Amino acid sequence: MAVTKTEPINSSSNKPSSSSVSMKSDLMSALSLKSLKLKTKQQELLIRVSILCLVYVLAFITRLFSVLRYESMIHEFDPYFNYRTTLFLTEKGFYEFWNWFDSESWYPLGRIIGGTLYPGLMVTAAIMYWGLRFLRFAVHIREVCVLTAPFFASNTTLVAYFFGKEIWDTGAGLVAAVLIAICPGYISRSVAGSYDNEGVAIFALLLTFYLFVKAVNTGSLAWGLGSALGYFYMVSAWGGYVFIINLIPLYVLVLLITGRYSMRLYVAYNSMYVLGMLLAMQIRFVGFQHVQSGEHMAAMGVFFLMQGFYFLGWVKHLLGDKKKFEALLRIIVTCAVGVGAIALGVGTASGYISPWTGRFYSLLDPTYAKDHIPIIASVSEHQPTAWSSFMFDFHILLFLFPAGLYFCFKRLSDATIFIVMYGLTSMYFAGVMVRLILVATPAVCLISAIAVSATIKNLTTLLRTKSKVSQTGSTKGASGGKGSSKALPDQSQPFQRNGAIALLFGAFYLLSRYAIHCTWVTSEAYSSPSIVLAARGAHGNRVIFDDYREAYYWLRQNTPADAKVMSWWDYGYQITAMGNRTVIVDNNTWNNTHIATVGRAMSSYEDEAYEIMRSLDVNYVLVVFGGVTGYSSDDINKFLWMVRIGGGVFPVIKEPDYLVNGEYRVDKGAAPKMLNCLMYKLSYYRFGELVTEYGKPPGYDRARGVEIGNKDIKLEHLEEAFTTSNWIVRIYKVKPPNNRW
Amino acid sequence: MGRNYFMILTVLSVTLLPILSLSFSTDSPTDRRLLVLLDDLSLKSSHSIFFNSLKSRGFDLDFKLADDPKLALQRYGQYLYDGLILFSPSIERFGGVVDLAAVLDFVDSGHDLIIAADSSSSDLIKSVATECGVDFDEDPSALVIDHKSYAVAETEGDHTLIAADDFIESDVLLGKKKIEAPVLFKGIAHSLNAANTLVLKVLSASPLAYSANPNSKLSSPPSLTGSSISLVSVVQARNNARIMITGSLDMFSNRFLRSSVQKAGSPRKYDKSGNEQFVTELSKWVFHVRGHLKAVNLRHNKAGEKDEPAMYRIKDDLVFSVEIYEWSGKSWEPYVANDVQVQLYMMSPYVLKTLSNDKKGLYHTSFKVPDVYGVFQFKVEYHRLGYTSLSLSKQIPVRPFRHNEYERFITAAFPYYGASFTMMAGFFLFSFVYLYHK
Repeated sequence: MAVTKTEPINSSSNKPSSSSVSMKSDLMSALSLKSLKLKTKQQELLIRVSILCLVYVLAFITRLFSVLRYESMIHEFDPYFNYRTTLFLTEKGFYEFWNWFDSESWYPLGRIIGGTLYPGLMVTAAIMYWGLRFLRFAVHIREVCVLTAPFFASNTTLVAYFFGKEIWDTGAGLVAAVLIAICPGYISRSVAGSYDNEGVAIFALLLTFYLFVKAVNTGSLAWGLGSALGYFYMVSAWGGYVFIINLIPLYVLVLLITGRYSMRLYVAYNSMYVLGMLLAMQIRFVGFQHVQSGEHMAAMGVFFLMQGFYFLGWVKHLLGDKKKFEALLRIIVTCAVGVGAIALGVGTASGYISPWTGRFYSLLDPTYAKDHIPIIASVSEHQPTAWSSFMFDFHILLFLFPAGLYFCFKRLSDATIFIVMYGLTSMYFAGVMVRLILVATPAVCLISAIAVSATIKNLTTLLRTKSKVSQTGSTKGASGGKGSSKALPDQSQPFQRNGAIALLFGAFYLLSRYAIHCTWVTSEAYSSPSIVLAARGAHGNRVIFDDYREAYYWLRQNTPADAKVMSWWDYGYQITAMGNRTVIVDNNTWNNTHIATVGRAMSSYEDEAYEIMRSLDVNYVLVVFGGVTGYSSDDINKFLWMVRIGGGVFPVIKEPDYLVNGEYRVDKGAAPKMLNCLMYKLSYYRFGELVTEYGKPPGYDRARGVEIGNKDIKLEHLEEAFTTSNWIVRIYKVKPPNNRW
Repeated sequence: MGRNYFMILTVLSVTLLPILSLSFSTDSPTDRRLLVLLDDLSLKSSHSIFFNSLKSRGFDLDFKLADDPKLALQRYGQYLYDGLILFSPSIERFGGVVDLAAVLDFVDSGHDLIIAADSSSSDLIKSVATECGVDFDEDPSALVIDHKSYAVAETEGDHTLIAADDFIESDVLLGKKKIEAPVLFKGIAHSLNAANTLVLKVLSASPLAYSANPNSKLSSPPSLTGSSISLVSVVQARNNARIMITGSLDMFSNRFLRSSVQKAGSPRKYDKSGNEQFVTELSKWVFHVRGHLKAVNLRHNKAGEKDEPAMYRIKDDLVFSVEIYEWSGKSWEPYVANDVQVQLYMMSPYVLKTLSNDKKGLYHTSFKVPDVYGVFQFKVEYHRLGYTSLSLSKQIPVRPFRHNEYERFITAAFPYYGASFTMMAGFFLFSFVYLYHK
């Protein structure tokens, strides 16, 4: 009864919150601006739409550098898995995909692909593919996959526009759309060919947030449902959905504490949480985690808290007496906290609620992974972010971000609180892990857009209303934008107009530098497919190293169809996708022991490694070696991680055995175990005969700049099968056991 | 043998497929063409009984001097012989293109070898033996001496002619008929390399034997003593190539084969030594007349189905069968044993079952796939003394349940079904009452 009684009152905002006031006044000011020239309204719409269209196209084409430079190909490691699964999905249909048990990876354990991936990306690409086919566009699925990320980046700009419009105004929305369209932090994960979950997930993330903010602002069930659907899409696309399911409850909690609780919030959060949770459970990989995993408990706790809050409000209304109510409140709060704590304790102790995962811990404590989980720490994109990469990825946004925060605080509303919280938390996470810069990028763009838009708006207002100084002052005071007032302390100063022009030019200069920087970064740094390497030759010409594909095609053509290839896990996805051969471990690092076994084999002596390889039925061993070309991310440089990961499970492998005085070296002074372990032997086999650089002794390793320590390498149980033209990939065949022994 | 017969088989199979599928007689594992390398051709007559017995059993013998300059084991990549008999203990270098590596390659490509050494053995012959896991005594003048179980002769000699009767107990190696008479042996000792797991002693020396120079006084304890001395050893390589190694070339000679024998200390005197039976039976084994198994038609399918699936599901019932035949020298006969096992293997065996057979060569069993998914292998590892080892494996992935293979409704969940339906009904009623009840 109480629900229905309060709802209509609340939705028509019975208590005028400050946000609605500011919004209303904002609207008023906007209207008054427009009412100066009524005709411009249509012009403005035209301009806005055409800007959006241009931004939409821009976001797409700026990501095509990689296709122009190289070719339409899938990049890096994980995208190859996504491509392979998408191919499977389009060929075999959804149910086969859903139930796919892949016997070609993680030999001999296999992997239930249907149950261990986020299908959103593949399904999206497949639907686009089928759609295009239906429209009689004879595209190849690879082209669709290559262009999925740019396409979704374009869509993200639209969402950014609406989001900016929702939290500030149309101008901020437009600026946000432009900023996000070319922001390097986002481009790094969404260039053409980077067919990875993040490509669609950022779109889904921003869409969910936008719809949720919209739901909070309107209190409409429909928008809440929309955000639940957005959340569902996000869950289906990327593991980063955990960020949403923790940020939104945190936001709700902050609103509760700051006394901004409203019926709109109640409707928005509950509809989003309940529906979103039920929908998310339909994703096999996520399953019951929403009710069982520690990472999702915050959302559930806040859900119950809201019900309690609402219930108390009702009881208070019924009782009327303040004293009685306080006594009741005390009892109820004590009981609720007690019950909650017991439930959590029992759930955790009985194993029903799983503890936080390592990745989650390492987010809260950046040093956690380094000490406990080498397999997470070994991934380069899980490293803490360097300052330079913030500068590289955000450029001027890094300075505009605090300014935007200032504006947000000046005009606090439910929406700006949200964007502030999103910005601050994601900036923290971006500092913990390099790859999470991506999550922070939309927030940084939006907040910066507020700064840019508000500043420019103030400046132009100043310029336009030079004659009516007094009127402008009052309007400005209401809108709360005072970015320019620092530079112009007094409205009546004679050169304020010139100052405004100068500042506008300054802003224009900064933004154009931003555009130049973004384009440069995109073309130089983020458009390399990393599977084809490019270098500058001695005469400044471009040299292309296509060794990876050479090696994978060799595997495909020259080895038996059921051959098992052992390599470090980085190359697993590529070997299965391009080489079409079974691998022992791959980039889906779900089984630490299996990876550790491979790490152990790589760091053991050859005869010990042979036993391990025999037990895993390994036929070929693939190593990546950069000593000839100077390619530094090769297996020798990754080797210490193999030792650490192997040693984490098998204590016979000890890291100090491979180091000399804590130093990692491969020259004559290297540790004897290092010089004779399998990885060293396979990398440097016959390398001692080769002169790599003029004026250097034979066996000079260009990646590490030393002459290798063991030039006389003999292999007993393996034989060289194939080495690519630049020696980047070397493949060895495991010999059968000796015939007569 | 393999290639040639295979080619014939391919040609024949077009027309004779139904007949061929019934009998396997064309696919014979027995060697046919043997190359005998001799130090000098007089051995041909002095060892004629052994050679004639081989010939009478259908082998083509090709006698060549070991230093024949035209000596070759293969031509155009095809081996010319199926077996090699090295009766050339003193050869230092083979003639032609044959060398140590060529002989070992010959074995490693599945061909058989008999090595006979004696006191004049060269390093070459010794190193062939070493590569096969057998070490001859380093001392070039040493012979096996046994003051207990020597063969009684008219003159009291130096006890280097040994009457050995410590045979390995294996019908497959030495035939069903027990060798009664001791085997005469005069030659050098060898020991088995402990690192080699494939080499076997067929005829060992008695515990009192030792290896030393009979003509000089012992200055230091002999390096090889007692039953660690092997007189005749065999190796069955992993590819089923068979090797026989002995330290006595005289063992095969007409003189020893015809000689009577009386072991010292034994009252019984045999008219004929056991040599003929021993070398004949052992040569049958070496040249794959006996003890050769083959496994064919490894089949598996779901219980009640006929076709072999590409993948099983966990908890499937399956039927596994394999046919095993033994070569009798003329034809493939069903092999009957009750110790053949099959494994369902993924890093370790998940299922290990003994196969039951129908006495006609068909071994079969049925079992349930374990509740574990992964890439399994059906493995039949059958290693029995003397027999060729059967080592079959067939990869088969096992998948988990599909989404629609789980039970649709679970009895234990009925309270939940009930709860949700009553909830729905209750909500409907509540809305109705609230909306339309004044």
